[in-house]
Amino acid sequence: MIRIRGLQKHYRVHKRPPGVKAALKSLFKRDYEWVKAVDGIDFDVAAGERVGFLGPNGAGKTTTLKMASGLLYPTAGEVTVGGHVPQRRETEFLKKIMLVMGQKQQLLWDLPPSETFELNRAIYDVPRADFNRRLKELSELLELGELVSKPTRQLSLGERMKCELAAALVHGPKVLFLDEPTIGLDVSMQVAMRDFIRKYNEEYGATLILTSHYMDDVTALCPRVVVIDKGVLSFDGKLEELVKRVRPEKRLTLRFSAPVPREQVAELGTVVKHDHAESVLQVPHDGVNTAVARALATLPVVDLNVENPPLEEVMSELFARSRAEREVAA
Amino acid sequence: MRPFAAFRALPTLLKIGFAEAVAYRAEMLVWVFATTMPLIMMMLWTSVAAAAPVVGTGGQQWGSGAFVAYFLAVFIVRQLISAWASWEINFEVRQGQLAMRLLRPMHPIISYAMSNLAYMPLRALVTVPVVAVLLATQSGHVATDWRVWLLWLVSMFGAWLITFFVNVAVGSLAFFLESSIKIMDVWLALFFVFSGYLFPLDLFPPWLRATTEWLPFRYQIALPVELMTGKLGLEEGLGLVARQYGWAALLIFLSLTLWRSGVKRFQAYGG
Repeated sequence: MIRIRGLQKHYRVHKRPPGVKAALKSLFKRDYEWVKAVDGIDFDVAAGERVGFLGPNGAGKTTTLKMASGLLYPTAGEVTVGGHVPQRRETEFLKKIMLVMGQKQQLLWDLPPSETFELNRAIYDVPRADFNRRLKELSELLELGELVSKPTRQLSLGERMKCELAAALVHGPKVLFLDEPTIGLDVSMQVAMRDFIRKYNEEYGATLILTSHYMDDVTALCPRVVVIDKGVLSFDGKLEELVKRVRPEKRLTLRFSAPVPREQVAELGTVVKHDHAESVLQVPHDGVNTAVARALATLPVVDLNVENPPLEEVMSELFARSRAEREVAA
Repeated sequence: MRPFAAFRALPTLLKIGFAEAVAYRAEMLVWVFATTMPLIMMMLWTSVAAAAPVVGTGGQQWGSGAFVAYFLAVFIVRQLISAWASWEINFEVRQGQLAMRLLRPMHPIISYAMSNLAYMPLRALVTVPVVAVLLATQSGHVATDWRVWLLWLVSMFGAWLITFFVNVAVGSLAFFLESSIKIMDVWLALFFVFSGYLFPLDLFPPWLRATTEWLPFRYQIALPVELMTGKLGLEEGLGLVARQYGWAALLIFLSLTLWRSGVKRFQAYGG
């Protein structure tokens, strides 16, 4: 459905230090530098797939999504979505896709969201019966209720985001680019959004690329992740593979009925955290069974838990490694 | 978007644009008060005409009544041909908000046009009392030939096309410059002087009067006003309207060219 080959986006950026002197100098001589926002990336996304597109701030995620949705022209390389070249902005292409940006809105600020829905119905030329049916489904899934008839400016951030999603989906797009759709939302709203996005993907068979700084979004929604840093891909594969590759250890949490010395716990694995009632250890993947058996046999364990390390830690380690590799290469 | 589908969408765009106009009615009224300069000029020029006869380039005498009719007509025309797309485009390009329009299968220029046109019913409402005053007090200075009024309607649309596409052209410069609003300010300064907005073009020296015929400003205000006030006959009016549409075509071509090359430079900031 989505095919990206050698995609690049380089910007020429005016660079000027602060201060009046520098401002005056820039009147006569302007210094520029080239920023490689995206620097030759390749990947494919199959129809109906949910992919997490991850990276630190400024990694090139949003730029890639903007090129895939036709907003930006690539410096080099190619991108096709459903066989369309996005930059041609053909009607059939624009009817197939939608880019939802958590920090940009399409809702008309001083009118109720229902007016934006109606506007989109007309612009996307959605038959009235289809529009009514889809809007009913979206209203139920997103629990919009009375929200659609209040002026947008009076809605809370979470309410607005739900209406943004509904506005983005009234034409039933087959490809969804979601750029931080849960940014600024409270935890329960994030969960509701994730549930909705998953249901939309399953019911409509929509292809979905998601960027988010909330790793819970990624864990809940994306079996596959593509990681980008400084415009270059550093991983493309299953989420578990990423975790295994970057942090091949499991995390073992032990709770005790009586204080246990740190040295005794350290015999089981690398201690991440320790206090008198609880220890968190990192244990090699294939050593988990042995460690658990030893803990149960030798320590006053009342509860234990084995899980993968938090995705945030995995990601920050991956980015740190990529940076170190680049520095060595430089 | 296929032309027929785009055409089908227009009533909805106008309807929603009108709902926005109603939501911003207070702002619109403030704008209307800000455009009362023709009424101030009317008072000024009627005083001048009362003190001494004013004779135009063509030897035509301008009495108080002629000035009243002229400036009431200017007020009406200015209300009905206004467009502000340059400010919208400039803002949306700088903020990256244009992205949301570009994602829709409708050319953004059509949606700007519809949202500008949707304000017309409210603006027309504001002009109704002025039209009533014009007809009641200055019927001798108003065109009487219905064909001239038909031509006036055509010229009003031509004037709006020029105003709107100048806005699009200047707004599109925001793709190339950090802000294009100052350029619009320069355009407006020239517009105030050369369009007939502040004084009838007939009062210019002959060489300057002749120059205005070749500039677009005159076709925004003076042409429809001169048709309304019976200063132009049908034949002369037709020739000028043809020239007006020539300007409109040129500006449409220029603004679309600027837009097309500008969109390639759009950086969709933010988000």
